Amino acid sequence: MLTRMQKIQMLKSMMIIREFEALIKKLYKEGDVEGAIHCYTGEEAVAVGVCNALRKDDYIFSTHRGHGHAIAKGCSIKKVFAELMGRETGLCKGMGGSMHLFDIENGLMGGNGIVGGGIPLSLGTAYASKYKGSDRVTVCFFSEGASNQGTFNESINMAALWKLPLIFVCENNLFAATTPSYKTLSHPDIAKRADGYSIPGIIADGNHVLDVYEKTCKAVNRAREGEGPTLIECKTYRVEGHCMVLKDLPQHRPKQEVEGWADKDPIDILEKELMQDEGLEKDIREQLYKEIQQEFNEAVQYAKTSPFPDINEFMKIANSRYQLCEE
Amino acid sequence: MRRISYLKAINEAIQEEMERDNNVFVIGEDVGEYGGVWGALRGIYEKYGAMRAQDTPISESGIIGLATGAAMAGLRPVAEIMYMDFLTTCMDPVVNQAAKADLMSGWQLKIPMVIRTQYGIGTREASQHSQSLEAWFMHTPGLKVVVPSNPYDAKGLLKASIRDDTPVIFMENRLLYNDIQDVPEGTWEIPLGKAKIVHEGEQITIVSYGHALKKVINALNEFNEISAELIDLRTLVPMDIDTIIESVKKTGRILIAHDAVEKCGAGAEIVRLVIEKAFDYLDAEPLVCGGLGVPTPFSGKLEDICMLRTEAIVGKIQYLLTGII
Repeated sequence: MLTRMQKIQMLKSMMIIREFEALIKKLYKEGDVEGAIHCYTGEEAVAVGVCNALRKDDYIFSTHRGHGHAIAKGCSIKKVFAELMGRETGLCKGMGGSMHLFDIENGLMGGNGIVGGGIPLSLGTAYASKYKGSDRVTVCFFSEGASNQGTFNESINMAALWKLPLIFVCENNLFAATTPSYKTLSHPDIAKRADGYSIPGIIADGNHVLDVYEKTCKAVNRAREGEGPTLIECKTYRVEGHCMVLKDLPQHRPKQEVEGWADKDPIDILEKELMQDEGLEKDIREQLYKEIQQEFNEAVQYAKTSPFPDINEFMKIANSRYQLCEE
Repeated sequence: MRRISYLKAINEAIQEEMERDNNVFVIGEDVGEYGGVWGALRGIYEKYGAMRAQDTPISESGIIGLATGAAMAGLRPVAEIMYMDFLTTCMDPVVNQAAKADLMSGWQLKIPMVIRTQYGIGTREASQHSQSLEAWFMHTPGLKVVVPSNPYDAKGLLKASIRDDTPVIFMENRLLYNDIQDVPEGTWEIPLGKAKIVHEGEQITIVSYGHALKKVINALNEFNEISAELIDLRTLVPMDIDTIIESVKKTGRILIAHDAVEKCGAGAEIVRLVIEKAFDYLDAEPLVCGGLGVPTPFSGKLEDICMLRTEAIVGKIQYLLTGII
């Protein structure tokens, strides 16, 4: 059972992700952050619910929309800011960027610029756990868009066949780039596909962090016990466009749908529940917001004043790794 | 010294490395009880069990993705892809994932993995089982490409590839599997990136690798008197360009022969480097001799004219030496 404190911590984590994305958008517009940025706004309950069910040493594979996963898995916020600003002090020394966040110490085995590219990789860490007799589990995040890649079929079959300690978490946010999922899915429920591989396929309310958490806990236990993989489909909604430069067509964002999902905001839902069930103070969100802004001010200051990667240092490594000398 | 086959040399290299390091395992289609469709892995399943000799579904992306992820977690996978042509079905894990993960992670990760595959033409298997695709992988920063031409090299280079901390595309050739050669026992390896001068010569440099080397040797036997310096590249990435350049500076003439089609191939890359580094030493234009740039037709009569041909090598050597076509 989660304690009151843990639930408040989950509320805070979701708020951190929400505010992080808001600030990244601002920094992008101001030119401090460049490149392809995909916001996780509205989907915070998935990353926070899943990662709270994991240990620090459990592995996760993230996606191109990966800021939320990194934050929820415990990566240093200032290093994530620094990475997105291309600094030497970034999580990946400025070599990965927004779509490729790695933090091995915290079990973050990488985002992925290739939709569906991370799914077969997740087989590998899960296989390694079984190989070494370790009880570390792997979570593979992917989207309903990636579920249409061949890698999904290959990987889920192999994981089921060998009962690998792997949890497939499908973030069904209803959009693949600009295309709504009713145009790409032959059946709206990805979870149903699990039947074809004889593994549990579970639908979670992806905007309800405690539902995601509880369902992930079950899947994690099952995986640690050696009973094999689970497919969890988290139904959620991508509030923003695909990225900073791709806007959705208005006909794909009917007012009723947008408003309906706004009423299901994951942060509001948890806050309301905490007030009802745990007697949470009315101004807690305000307090948390202040704490977060304080943290962010320091983190952004750290990132902005960090050096960019050193070219000579890079060329030294590149010469040896990529044999540039032979040129 | 004992004599063993290319296939046995591969098997020995893998078994020795598996014995030495528990993190080494083999994975791929038919690699378990069957020992690989080419038989390179016979006895490994019986000795090391299913986790270390893992049969897989026909899922190349799954196999190479798994290998990459396992390498991220500290294992040293040796994956088998039955034909090089089939690597097309898993280009993403090879090119976008394995080759790039160490850099993208800011060097937090190493990706020690070997993809053993076999390539080549001449067995009447038509377009989708006859390709030599090394150039695609040479073109991707982050991959090493190794092509042994004989049993001794197969063993020494495979051991070095397994011990390497980066992804290696290890290209075997089915027409070489039964070749027999002296191969010493014991702990030794051949460093990646060092070419072998098969024999020294003064008049012309001939660079080749893998199965094509045999055709070059056949071509040279057609000449009564020739002083050719023959270089077996052994590894295409890293490439031992220094050995090539030193040789060209001496001979002034170079021919590169490979099974792959000539267009944008390894030979074209070597010509680029020779022109950049030894232009003033050249007495004739550098030439490449490779396969005809067509999908390989099935019928033997047609396949024969599409592959690297000994006569074509002879013709190009003659032209470089005499200026006469």
